[in-house]
Amino acid sequence: MLAVDAAPNPWFDPSYVIDNWDTILRYLGEHVRLTVSAVVLGALIALPLALLARNARFLAGPVLALSTLIYTIPSLAMFAFIFPFTGLSTTTVLIGLVAYSLVILVRNFLAGLQGVPADVREAARGMGYGPLRLFWQIDLPLALPAFMAGLRIATVSTVALVTVGVLVGHGGLGQLITGGFNANFYRAEIVTGAVGCVLLALIADLLLAGVERLVTPWARVVRP
Amino acid sequence: MTGFSEALVYLNDPYNWTKTDGIFDLLIVHLAISAVAVLAALMIALPVGIALGTAGRGSGLILVISNVSRAVPTLALLTLFAVSPIGFGNRATTIALTVFAIPPILTNTYVGFRGVDPDVREAARAMGMSRGAVIGRVDLPLALPLVMTGIRTAAVQVVATAGLAALVGGGGLGRIVNLGFGQQDYGLIIAGAILIAALALLTELALVLLTWVVTPGPRRYPWSARRRAPDTVPGVPEPTASGVPL
Repeated sequence: MLAVDAAPNPWFDPSYVIDNWDTILRYLGEHVRLTVSAVVLGALIALPLALLARNARFLAGPVLALSTLIYTIPSLAMFAFIFPFTGLSTTTVLIGLVAYSLVILVRNFLAGLQGVPADVREAARGMGYGPLRLFWQIDLPLALPAFMAGLRIATVSTVALVTVGVLVGHGGLGQLITGGFNANFYRAEIVTGAVGCVLLALIADLLLAGVERLVTPWARVVRP
Repeated sequence: MTGFSEALVYLNDPYNWTKTDGIFDLLIVHLAISAVAVLAALMIALPVGIALGTAGRGSGLILVISNVSRAVPTLALLTLFAVSPIGFGNRATTIALTVFAIPPILTNTYVGFRGVDPDVREAARAMGMSRGAVIGRVDLPLALPLVMTGIRTAAVQVVATAGLAALVGGGGLGRIVNLGFGQQDYGLIIAGAILIAALALLTELALVLLTWVVTPGPRRYPWSARRRAPDTVPGVPEPTASGVPL
């Protein structure tokens, strides 16, 4: 038992949420901004990398090996490595998050692109499709399910990872988690932060699932 | 570079390794917590995964577990256990890490056992093998590569996450990083980060080797494993909870 249990320390307290709504919204805003920028930047870097690795086969191995290496580095160490260069700023968190989302996205983008049947591409090229049109009208639609799956995984894990940003004071809703821990183990604040993170991840996942349905109208079949 | 030379100086000083609560002490705590967590997760996840996988049911449940586990921040779970009546410290950390280690092992075991060709299983039954023998001598060798992937993912995750425990009063190598942030000592921060990253990479390496040793069939060198990649359906991301960075 903790000494604090002598005083009432409920797991959830609606009055905490109401009284601190502005603070919660501020951290939520930071959380969403960090997540969106990390995934968007990650996707912008990952797509050319995946295309490069698909077109030059000898690059696929090194790209995947490097991504495994980055993936294995714990986030605590990653943020600590970046910290001396960018200090206690959101940039530190953002760079780390981009690195991780990039790794997830490259793998899924590459898997999607490699899944495009070679004879379909061959046929398109035979019909006179240029490289841009080939990507836009053949590769992209066929690889879209894998792309979207990658984006969903990257988004959900980025939402969870933002919390480690508390290390440099920019952890979004994670600030509530450590804030509550440091405020004499104030459970209501901790649970608000934790539940907020999970809800945010689930909402983001649902939104992306909706987008996936919208952009792949041909894929609306009953899944086995 | 800022902090990197100081970090090397710190890591080169034998006293920093051998003193009380020095690197060796923290490393032992780190490894002990991680090992207990992974073993506990194995004892829970393996039987459940085997039971569900061989019966071929519960795919919805497994999918939900593997997706939700990705959405729960590691820091949140560590903190929640730390402020629960268990009290903060190594016990709370170990329990939180066990909870983290279960989904990857469970998912991979399930997928591995479900993927065993029913014809092979039927042939084994027809040859008079008992249910247990079929699981142990037919299913397990066939499912082993995926099961080992799950264990590797879980172990690396656990070793990585154990570092975060220091943020909420736990032990392990994360203490060095945490102390560095507390003292604004770049060298200490980098030194801790190097240790944690190295430990995670070594864990990955050790388990890749272990997988290679225990997997039956023609020996393939770990580094040439990629060459036989096409046995997965292209375009479909691996069905397993391949883990999230921690």
